Amino acid sequence: MQDNAQTIEYDYSIAKAFTFATILFGIIGMTVGVILAFQLAFPGLNNLAGEYGTFSRLRPLHTNGVAYGFTLSGIFATWYYVGQRVLKVSLKESPFLMGVAKLHFALYFITILLAVVTLISGITTSKEYAELEWPLDLLVVVWWVLWGISLFGLIGIRRERTLYISLWYYIACFVAVAMLYLFNNMEIPTMLFANGAPSSFMHSISMYAGTNDALVQWWFGHNAVAFVFTTPIIAMIYYFLPKESGQNVYSYKLSILAFWGLMFVYLWAGGHHLVYSTVPDWMQTMGSVMSVVLILPSWGSAINMLLTMKGEWGQLQTSPLIKFMVLASTFYMLSTIEGPIQAIKSVNAIAHFTDWIPGHVHDGVLGWVVFMIMSALFHMAPRMFGREIYSKSLMETQFWLQTTAIVLYFTSMWIAGITQGMMWRAYDEYGSLLYSFIDTVTVLQPYYTIRAVGGLMYLIGFFMFAYNMYKTATAGRVLDKEPTNASPMGA
Amino acid sequence: MFHWLEQRPFFFTVVLFLFISFAGIIEVIPDFAKASQPLVGTKPYSVLELAGRQVYIKDSCNACHSQLIRPFKSETDRYGMYSLSGEYAYDRPFLWGSKRTGPDLLRVGNYRTTDWHENHMMAPAEVVPGTVMPAYPHQFTNIADIATAYANANTQKEVFAVPYDKEGMPKLGSWEEAKAAALEEAKVIAADMKNQNVKDAVANGEIPEIVAMIAYLNSLK
Repeated sequence: MQDNAQTIEYDYSIAKAFTFATILFGIIGMTVGVILAFQLAFPGLNNLAGEYGTFSRLRPLHTNGVAYGFTLSGIFATWYYVGQRVLKVSLKESPFLMGVAKLHFALYFITILLAVVTLISGITTSKEYAELEWPLDLLVVVWWVLWGISLFGLIGIRRERTLYISLWYYIACFVAVAMLYLFNNMEIPTMLFANGAPSSFMHSISMYAGTNDALVQWWFGHNAVAFVFTTPIIAMIYYFLPKESGQNVYSYKLSILAFWGLMFVYLWAGGHHLVYSTVPDWMQTMGSVMSVVLILPSWGSAINMLLTMKGEWGQLQTSPLIKFMVLASTFYMLSTIEGPIQAIKSVNAIAHFTDWIPGHVHDGVLGWVVFMIMSALFHMAPRMFGREIYSKSLMETQFWLQTTAIVLYFTSMWIAGITQGMMWRAYDEYGSLLYSFIDTVTVLQPYYTIRAVGGLMYLIGFFMFAYNMYKTATAGRVLDKEPTNASPMGA
Repeated sequence: MFHWLEQRPFFFTVVLFLFISFAGIIEVIPDFAKASQPLVGTKPYSVLELAGRQVYIKDSCNACHSQLIRPFKSETDRYGMYSLSGEYAYDRPFLWGSKRTGPDLLRVGNYRTTDWHENHMMAPAEVVPGTVMPAYPHQFTNIADIATAYANANTQKEVFAVPYDKEGMPKLGSWEEAKAAALEEAKVIAADMKNQNVKDAVANGEIPEIVAMIAYLNSLK
């Protein structure tokens, strides 16, 4: 398999472009996140930029920036790297697919820039992670189809007959996001029925009303997480961990079980966002139960990855890249046991609407998604640029700084969430509510401060990553041949 | 069988699609028609209220405020009667939110007044010391988009058969009629406000965002 790889010259131009986008949107999205965190701890920071600087205006910018700017760029960057290699075919061999890939990048990049402008102007549908208004939605559909052409086009001209595990997950990402995005963004531009009123071109309303809208939204919202923050990231770890460590994937059977299990169960779990709401009770219960079942396929993948390191745990000491990936897998396990716990109805009664939820999201994304994407790009850099990774010691520092940051983030949010959830339901001896709402806000100030500091540390770590990548591309020692497994690193 | 699929991308994708669409078909579709029935007495929003709802969305109030009261005593004591599905029948989009950085607002119209909102939106910390809510002074100067609110209402009427212009329901009429009606409604709110610029704007036939916003918040009951 590896011998064959040497004879094909892969084209990394698109992978490089998306790598650049990953870093750029990562910086923007995470910086906005840190600003939000400080605004909650120190509310005076809300009014530095008029209406464009308030927490509420910036929040969609953060979520869209990191999910669709940073993470999607990372997914596409790795696809345009991994796809060619596991299919044993170069993008260069098809001028058509090369053109599609370039157009994909260009339209994607323009869409994200437009998203920044519209969201900060308050042009939003308000549905979480589906905030973009209808003209942008149409643009998204166009480049998602282009990605599909690239994906299935490259598969169509492949030399390797069997699809590697990573490809299963990329295909799942493509198909599921297409379905979810289309159904949740069904909307009608209101200017079509303006009846002579000079109404806004951008405005639309949802095809669904009230409870139905909520149901479709969280079917989408939960699974957007599944198919953007989970499946493509698993695609990455299935490729990059065995490659970097030189180990075979521990169990093929486990990877099949985990994949098809995840595909079947994940979509059911959206109902856990609507526990004790007005959607029918049986849906809430299904959401809860299936969330707990979801532990099996999630841990299946994670354990498969950890056991891939069997007998080679020494690499944890010698390679910061392996450390990043093993910790990513571990945070995936933490996050996928925490989520099901929160989905249990009695726990959800306390956890829902509190800071425990953003805490849960962030141990998943900071520990799993961002760590894995950075690992992937670190591994790709010596192959794409033909240079050694610039600094191993900087990677080490970044690893410990960001790991500490994540721990500060989720521990403070656990405490904040449970504290607030308990205070909301506390009664005094006369049967009156013990706390007014504002009591349950001011009590959180120290935790908000700790979280903001953790977020800032994480952001500094991300800047270290960006600097290390930049130096690798421009000043890393030039390699005479492509490394097979462990990525070479300078001091 | 799975090994066979792994060599056939087309069938792989088809089987995969069946796997992932199964849950949606079973879970989302069955109760769709039932859940969208309005409660007896639930009325669609007036054009001014819809304009306010659009300001609520524009400034992303739903990032921090829920509009969903769960059936617990601690919630009904704090916010009022728990939510019923039919109350939301005219909410496009729904605004339940997912985080209570601030309190629930589903029935805020029952216990807050126009002047409370006026003071609070201008300087939240002066009304509620210790609050983390940003101030929204720009809502006092930005002019509300009544035309889009009208288009919104008319879309609901024509596409989704929302009962505007029916007996006992809010009147929509033509754009000119709706604009005049929204202004009349705005004058009633502005009369309870003290901000002179807002009063002047309404007297000149323009409706600042804050007036529409308060109309919407007062309608939440």
